[in-house]
Amino acid sequence: MARNAAAGAPERAPAPTSRVRGAPSASVAGLALKIGALGLASALAIWAAVPLVGAANWIGVGIVAAVTALVFYVYLSPRHVPLKYLLPGTLLLIAFQILPVLYTVSTSVTNFGDGHRGDKEQAIAAIEAYSVVRSPDSPSYTLTVAADGDPATGDLVFLLTAADGTVYAGDAEGLTELDADDVAVDPSGKVTEAEDYTVLTTAEINERGNEIADFAVPTGDGTGIRSSGLSMAYEGRATRTYQEDCDCVVDSATGVEYVADDAAGAFVSADGQRLLQGWQVGVGFDNFLRFVTDPTTASSFLSILTWNIGFAAGTTLLVFALGLGLALLMHTRTPLRGRTLYRILLVLPYAMPSFAMLLLWRDMFNTDFGLINRVLGLDVNWLGNAWTARGSILLVNTWLGFPYMFLVATGALQSIPRELGQAARIDGAGAWQAFRHVTLPLLMVAMTPILVSTFAFNFNNFNAVWLTTAGGPFRPDNPLAGATDLLITYTFRLAFGGQGAQYGFASAVSVLIFLIVALLSVVSLRQSRSLEEVNR
Amino acid sequence: MKFRSFSVLSGAAVLALLATSCGGGGDETASSEEPADGTMVIWADPNRTDVLIPYAEKFGDAHGVTVEVESVPNEDLQDNFVTAHQAGSPPDLVVGAHDWTGNLVRNGAVDPIQLPQETADGFEQVALDAVTFDGQLYGVPYAMENLVLFRNTDLAPDAPESIEDLVEQGRKLKDDGKVEEILSLQVGSEGDAYHIYPLYTSAGGYLFGRDGEGSLDPSDLGVGTDSSIEAFEKIAELGEKGEGVLKRSIDSQNAGPLFHEGRTAFLISGPWAIADMKEAGIPYEISPVPGFADGEEARPFIGVQAFFVASGGANKLLAQEFVTNYVADPQLAVALYQADPRPPALTSALDAVAESNPDLAKIVEAGANGDPLPAIPEMAAVWGPFGQAEAAVIAGEDVAEAVKAAGAAISEQIGG
Repeated sequence: MARNAAAGAPERAPAPTSRVRGAPSASVAGLALKIGALGLASALAIWAAVPLVGAANWIGVGIVAAVTALVFYVYLSPRHVPLKYLLPGTLLLIAFQILPVLYTVSTSVTNFGDGHRGDKEQAIAAIEAYSVVRSPDSPSYTLTVAADGDPATGDLVFLLTAADGTVYAGDAEGLTELDADDVAVDPSGKVTEAEDYTVLTTAEINERGNEIADFAVPTGDGTGIRSSGLSMAYEGRATRTYQEDCDCVVDSATGVEYVADDAAGAFVSADGQRLLQGWQVGVGFDNFLRFVTDPTTASSFLSILTWNIGFAAGTTLLVFALGLGLALLMHTRTPLRGRTLYRILLVLPYAMPSFAMLLLWRDMFNTDFGLINRVLGLDVNWLGNAWTARGSILLVNTWLGFPYMFLVATGALQSIPRELGQAARIDGAGAWQAFRHVTLPLLMVAMTPILVSTFAFNFNNFNAVWLTTAGGPFRPDNPLAGATDLLITYTFRLAFGGQGAQYGFASAVSVLIFLIVALLSVVSLRQSRSLEEVNR
Repeated sequence: MKFRSFSVLSGAAVLALLATSCGGGGDETASSEEPADGTMVIWADPNRTDVLIPYAEKFGDAHGVTVEVESVPNEDLQDNFVTAHQAGSPPDLVVGAHDWTGNLVRNGAVDPIQLPQETADGFEQVALDAVTFDGQLYGVPYAMENLVLFRNTDLAPDAPESIEDLVEQGRKLKDDGKVEEILSLQVGSEGDAYHIYPLYTSAGGYLFGRDGEGSLDPSDLGVGTDSSIEAFEKIAELGEKGEGVLKRSIDSQNAGPLFHEGRTAFLISGPWAIADMKEAGIPYEISPVPGFADGEEARPFIGVQAFFVASGGANKLLAQEFVTNYVADPQLAVALYQADPRPPALTSALDAVAESNPDLAKIVEAGANGDPLPAIPEMAAVWGPFGQAEAAVIAGEDVAEAVKAAGAAISEQIGG
C-alpha cells in the first residue's frame, strides 16, 4: 500500500535543489558526456518525430521541435543555471502529472467507451459492413483475383468459377461470361491463366487487400459479388446504407430509418431503437450529472464516502501507530541483540507482493476452510458481515502498510539528536513527556507529508478492497454498493461492469474523487503547517 | 556532472513521451508495433501461442507471407484488441471467447465471416450459433466447453438422476464421515452466475428472452420475474439455511481441491478441472449436471473459443483465408486440443480425439442442451447483480427482495 507513497515522491519537489553546485563542466570527459547526452536527446526527438510526420500530426512535431530546442538552449547556454536543474523535473511533471490529469478531464466530458470509441465515419462503415447479407439461394464462386493490365495498378477483376465450371469475369461494370478457351482452370476451380487479364499472386493480392475487401461486382439492385478470403466469392447486399440527405441509416429490409443523434453519438430510430455502433461525442457535464443523480449513488454515496474516509484515516492511523511504536522499540540506546534480524522480519510484509498477500488473506478469512476460523475454533463469516469485513480489511491493510511507516519512522528518529531527549529528561520530564513534547513534534515535521500521502493513497486503494471483499458484503436490496466499497471500487463496478468500459463516465467520477482527495489533503497539509509553526 | 547528464537523459526521455502523447493516443504504437506489409499477425493467449506457431508458419509458407503469433495475457486480450483497433493498428486475427462477440461488434472491431456451406456443415451447430450475432457469423469456432458433474466413483458409483438424488447420496456420505461436503459448487462471497446457471435454468429461470428471429432480446429480462424468484427459492432450499449444500465459503479457489483431495464426492465444474483430478489420482466419472426432480433439464452455459478477423487488419484477405480454409482443418483442431484439452468444435476433429479420450464425448453430451453464453453486450450487466443475488439467497436472505433488486440493478445498467 504505502509503497506508492514512495513512488509518488517525485511529485513533491525535484530533489536537485539541495545538491551542491558543482564546478562548471571543464573536463573533457564531462564535455563528451554532455555532447553524448544531447545527441541522444536529439536522436530520441527524431525517433519520436518520424511517426508524427508520417501521421501528419504537425502540432506534435512542433511540440517535439520546441522541447528539443528548449533543452539545447538551456544546456548549451552558460546562463540559466537553476533552469538546468528544474527542466527535467518540470518536463517529467508535465508528462506524468499534468497531461494525464488534462486527458482525464477532457475525457470526462465525452461518452468515450465501448460502442463509442471511434468517429462517425467508422461507425457508418461498420454498420454498412455488418449489414451485408448473403442473397438467399445465391451461388458461391471460386474466386481468382486478377487485374486488367498491371498487377499493382490495373483495374480489379474477379474471375469467378461457378459450380458448373463456367468462368465469369467481374469488374466494376458487372459480370461477363468468358469463353472456356480463353482461360485455364485448375481442378480446384482456380483460374491459373486468362486472356486479357493478369492473375495476381498472393503477395500482390495482399498488397491491394483493402481495395479488394471493399470491391463488389455489381449484379443488380444493390447486390454485389464480394470476396471472402482469397478463393471464395459470394453474392450479397448491404441491407443498411447511410444516406447523407437525411443524415440517417436506412434498413432496406425493414424500411426503418435510424437518424443520427449527434448529442448521443448513435443512430436512433423513431421508436427509440439504437444501432449498436455509435461514435464519440462531447456530452458536457452529463457524466457528472449521471453520477450525482444516480439513484443508487444518491442513496449510498454518503455511506460509501464515510467508510472511504474511515478506511483511509483508519489505515493511516493504524500503520502510523504500529510503525512508530515498533520503530521506537528498535530505537534503543544500547544496541539490541539481533536488531537487524528484527528489522528484517518487520519489513518482510513490505517485501512480499501485496497482490498475492491480499488473495492469501482472503482465503484465510474463509468461513469453513479459512485458517483463522480453524485456528481459533470459530465459525465467523468474516467477510460476509459488514463490520467484520471492514475490520478484516483494516487488519490486512495495516499488516501490509506498517513496514513502510516503520522504515520512515526509524529514519526520522535517527535524524533527531538524542541530546534533545536527554536534555528534557535532565529538566525533569518523564519518558512519555519527553517523547510527547520533544521527539514527537520533531518527528511529525518529517512524518506529516508521508501521512498525508498515505491517506491519499489509501483513499483510492483499489486492490486492498477489490482483491479481498470486492466491495462486499452487499445488502440483498442493493447489489451495486457494498459495505466495504470505496468510491473507486464503486465507480469501477458502475463504469466497467454494466455496459462494458465507459471511460467517459469513469473519468468524470475520477475527477470528482480527485477533488475530494485534493480538498482533504489541502486541509490536512494546512493543519500540519500550523503544527510546524507551533513548534518553531 | 553525473547528475547533469542524467537530467539531460531524462529530459530526452520526456521529449519522446511528450511527442507520443501528443500524437493522439494511437500513434505511440505505430512506430514499433504496426505490422510490416506482408506480415500477418495473430494474437492469442499464452496457452495457445506455441501450438499455433507451426500452423501459422505453414500457412505463411503456402501463401508467401510471414505470420507472427503474439502472446497476450488472456485477461488483457479483448481490451488490448479493442484498443489496438481504435488506434488503427490491430492484429489480423485474434483468438478469443465467443462471448466477446457483442462487444467486438459494437466497437466495429471484427468483420463478419462468410463460410461456404460445406465448411459450415463441418462444425458443431451450437458452436456456430455461439459466434453468430444478429444473424451474422463473426468468428470461426475451434473449441467448446461447458459445466459437467464430476463424481468420485469410489464414493458415488452411480450418477445421480436429480439434485435431490445427489443431495441424498452426498448427505449419506457426509453422515458416514467419508466426506466433508455434499457438493462442491463454487459460489464465493459475490456469487457466481456462470456456475449456478444450470440449477437456475432447471428451476425454471432464464436470463434473456428471445425475439421473433431467435436472437436474445435484452428488453425481456428474466431476472426479477416471478419465475426467477421461484427458481432462486429452490436454490435457497439448498443454501446455508436449508440443506447446506451450497455455501459461500466454497469459491473458485477451493472448489477443485475439495474434490481432488477427496473431501467431497461431487463437483460441478468444467474440463479445465480434469488435469488436477488426474494428477491427484482421483477416480472420476462425468455426467450431465442434474436438474431438480420436478424441474426442467439443467442447461449449462456453453463457451466457445473462436478466431476473429479484425476489421482494421492490414491483411484482411489472408486472415479471411486463414479462418475459412485453415481453421476448418481437423489437424489444427486436434493440435489445439492437445495443447488445451477442450472438445473441438469441428465435428470430425471431435470424433478423432473422442476415440482416445472418452471424457470428451461425455462433456459434449452434458452440454448437448446447453445455452451458448449470451454474447450480447447487455450480458456484462448481468454477472455482478445476478451473482450477488445468488450469494444473498444462499446466505438465507429474503429471496424475492434480493432477486428483484438484482433485476432492477441490471435493467438500470442496461438502460443507462
